[in-house]
Amino acid sequence: MALFPLPRFAGEGWGGGSAMTGFVIRRLLAAVPTLIAVLTLVFIIVRIVPGDPALVILGDQATPEAIAALRTRLGLDRSLWAQYFSFITSALMGDFGVSMVTGRSITAEVAAVLPHTLDLTIASMIFGVVVGVPVGIWAALNRNGVVDVAARVLSLLGLSFPVFVSGIFLLLAFSLHWRWFPVIGGADLADYGDRLHKLVLPTVALGLIMAAYITRVTRSAMLASLGEDYIRTARAKGVPWRRVVWVHGLRNASIPIVTVVGLYVGILLGNSVLTEIVFNRPGLGKIIVGALNQRDYTMLQGLMVIYCFLIVVVNLITDLLYGVIDPRVKAE
Amino acid sequence: MSTTSELVAPPAPTGWKRALGKARSNPTTAVGVVICLLIMAAAIFAPWLAPYDPAEQDIFNRLQPPSAEFWLGTDQFGRDILSRLMWGGQISLTVSLGAIFAAAIIGGAIGLVSGYIGGKFDLFVMQVMDVLLSFPSLILGLIVVALLGPELVNLVVAIALTAVAPFARVARAPTMALKERAFVEAGRALGFSHTRVLFRHILPNILSEVMVMGTLWLATAVRVEASLSFIGLGVKPPTATWGGMTRDGFENILDAPWLAVFPGIAILLLVLGLNMVGDGLRDATDPKLRNE
Amino acid sequence: MSEPVLVVEGLRKHFVAKKGFPKPRTVRVRAVEDISFTIKAGEAFGLVGESGCGKSTAARALLRLIEPDAGTVTWKGENVLTAKGAALKALRRRMQIVFQDPYSSLDPRQSIGDALMEPMRVHGLAEGKEARRRAAALLEEVGLPPAALDRFAHEFSGGQRQRIGIARALTVEPELIVADEPVSALDVSVQAQVLLLMQDLRKRRGLSFLFVSHDLSVVRWFCDRVAVMYLGRIVEEGPAGRVLANPLHPYAQMLRDASPIPDPSRRGVLPRIIGEIPSAANPPPGCPFHPRCVHAMPQCSTQMPAWTAAAGDNQGGVACHLHG
Repeated sequence: MALFPLPRFAGEGWGGGSAMTGFVIRRLLAAVPTLIAVLTLVFIIVRIVPGDPALVILGDQATPEAIAALRTRLGLDRSLWAQYFSFITSALMGDFGVSMVTGRSITAEVAAVLPHTLDLTIASMIFGVVVGVPVGIWAALNRNGVVDVAARVLSLLGLSFPVFVSGIFLLLAFSLHWRWFPVIGGADLADYGDRLHKLVLPTVALGLIMAAYITRVTRSAMLASLGEDYIRTARAKGVPWRRVVWVHGLRNASIPIVTVVGLYVGILLGNSVLTEIVFNRPGLGKIIVGALNQRDYTMLQGLMVIYCFLIVVVNLITDLLYGVIDPRVKAE
Repeated sequence: MSTTSELVAPPAPTGWKRALGKARSNPTTAVGVVICLLIMAAAIFAPWLAPYDPAEQDIFNRLQPPSAEFWLGTDQFGRDILSRLMWGGQISLTVSLGAIFAAAIIGGAIGLVSGYIGGKFDLFVMQVMDVLLSFPSLILGLIVVALLGPELVNLVVAIALTAVAPFARVARAPTMALKERAFVEAGRALGFSHTRVLFRHILPNILSEVMVMGTLWLATAVRVEASLSFIGLGVKPPTATWGGMTRDGFENILDAPWLAVFPGIAILLLVLGLNMVGDGLRDATDPKLRNE
Repeated sequence: MSEPVLVVEGLRKHFVAKKGFPKPRTVRVRAVEDISFTIKAGEAFGLVGESGCGKSTAARALLRLIEPDAGTVTWKGENVLTAKGAALKALRRRMQIVFQDPYSSLDPRQSIGDALMEPMRVHGLAEGKEARRRAAALLEEVGLPPAALDRFAHEFSGGQRQRIGIARALTVEPELIVADEPVSALDVSVQAQVLLLMQDLRKRRGLSFLFVSHDLSVVRWFCDRVAVMYLGRIVEEGPAGRVLANPLHPYAQMLRDASPIPDPSRRGVLPRIIGEIPSAANPPPGCPFHPRCVHAMPQCSTQMPAWTAAAGDNQGGVACHLHG
């Protein structure tokens, strides 16, 4: 998803370099204004919406001196423009401030647990693709058959599961009843076997929505793609059916699939908070809940920015993937 | 002057009505409608239907498993789960309906005006919407509720904020297509004001798409409300909310798993029902599928 | 003939778009470059040319459905291009438009009755029962039963919709109708019916017409005078009979030779058509037609030909170096 779509002009390449390099550079450049816009919105929401943060943090009973002191500490005594400018510049350089409660750098706190959240998000994404794409193709090939109807009903059910509900159900069945998996999800990052074992249930819980969405999109994209003339041509010239489906059909169905994967990574990131609470895993979710309980507003603001950075990066990767899959995109 | 007389076909139902007719013949939609109506009825008539007072504590009946007396069991304070679920449904439905209603009106208006005006204004508005869209909705809702405080109104505001951008997009695309249609030009040529063209001629034509979107997003809103309550940002206790009940139950999951399971099933059923209705309506209004 | 009602002078409309990255380049599409003509009361004036020559843009610009960049449009002495608010609304009543595509020209969610009564209400011409009576009468006038009032657009055929479009234009009692390719989207059998209806209305109501079309035979039958457009300019103008039978401009000759002749004995060798209409974003210098012209001379590629009156009384004129 290009947040700031660049003007398109047929037949004009990026001077000199290859089309792909130009494409990558253009997309990278386009991400910068997006980041600034996202930061601006965070600034507006956090600074303007609640009124005076110092008052919100300290409560109504606070003495004027305490409020003034906190305002100075948070930099709230400076002009709004100065605050805005320093917020944007330091955020762009990776400095999201310090926690109001612990006084530690937010970047450091997040970096310590980010691998757990990324593990979970990426694993769920892979789960969604590995389950969703084949099931979607299978359903498309058996249009209105038993498999198709079952896939439709199950995918509808899957995307209706709030992740904490699916998480609790899985936990009850596989951890408490059958005891196949541990209840606690935190793992030593260096112990890969343990890390993977503890990742299974959270991944299924979180990846369920993803798998459901991808099944649906794959099904409809494949149906559209298999109806095209080039599929008939491929069959007519004797290409084996298996190859027609997986190469010709899937390749052309992959653009909508990639779009959905990119779009729903945001949803996965958001829902990872709930997954981490249910499975008691370390990660961004744990930090968020901690910050909420301790009214750590600088931490919340920093986390919001970090989530947005992650989304922008995902959008960028999605865009670049378009260029790889569909030569028309990078030639624009 | 010859009168063309072959014109005696019965009037065919248009747009929204046709969609409803088609959706009714779809079993998925029918089941979805039944689920939604049952849950709504249970919530609306909770004051008369609920077997117990949802807030009444009974220390002699703490953590009772489901029985003839307490169909779905009791919680750690001895409160009846079924009664609390019925009352809690009111919160879920109020917050979600309020949020989606607000988002549909605000987002729809933004998309309509932006698409109609077009040009640089449209480009700017849509970039703002794209930025809003790039926030994960749960995180955005979470931060807004955290800043405003966990009140019912603030929940509505937060969830509405996460849904404004999608509605703006859904309203904008058909508006842009419709404003190129000759009947809009005809209206201008006949001396109609832009307001009249926009609200009397374009709006009725995009309404069904916005309404289908509304049903689908209602499901998301229910999920986000439940999630926020589960995190502890819902309407404050002792008011019963499904997400809050799941959270309380989760803390007693070893002793009384039904405490978490029943509210979880309630949320799942409502979201599923809404998704089934929305899905059926979308299939029925999607021009690509209409001729199947 | 009678008094001029519509006078168009030097009408121009360019579309500007910025394209390209990293170095944006301005592309200027000269849809309408310089157009002048006059329509008299009760006259049917044809505007012909290939698609893309700017004839539809010209029609929309003079109605201010798009704002022209330059020129003047005068309706009975009143400046159309500077009119605002109530004055513009009053002028809109005088000039109406009938569109090419009968499928998109009616609001799908509005009943035919509402579509016909709404303009009357907006202009304060009629309300309630009176409006409905008028709407029914208009439907009858265009050959549709009053029962159509409660139907919706999708229940009608293309020809019927075009009749409804004409009835809607008549709701505000206009004096001029701009017909933008009014029959080219219809089946040939239906075309004649709709043309006959418009001819009938023209006589009965004393309407003037600006008839935009690429179909010479239709224009020959319907119009009194004709202007031939090429790349945003009028290259020849005059009485329909003269311009379409004995054109002076090589482009008009090419158009005439390309249109089918019903009499086989008069068919000659198929004319040679050189090239395609150039892009209006990059028009050739000099006479816009010279790259395709069989008579092109050196001066054609450098000098814009001046307007020359045709021989005879009131026979119009031509912009061509051959006749200069």
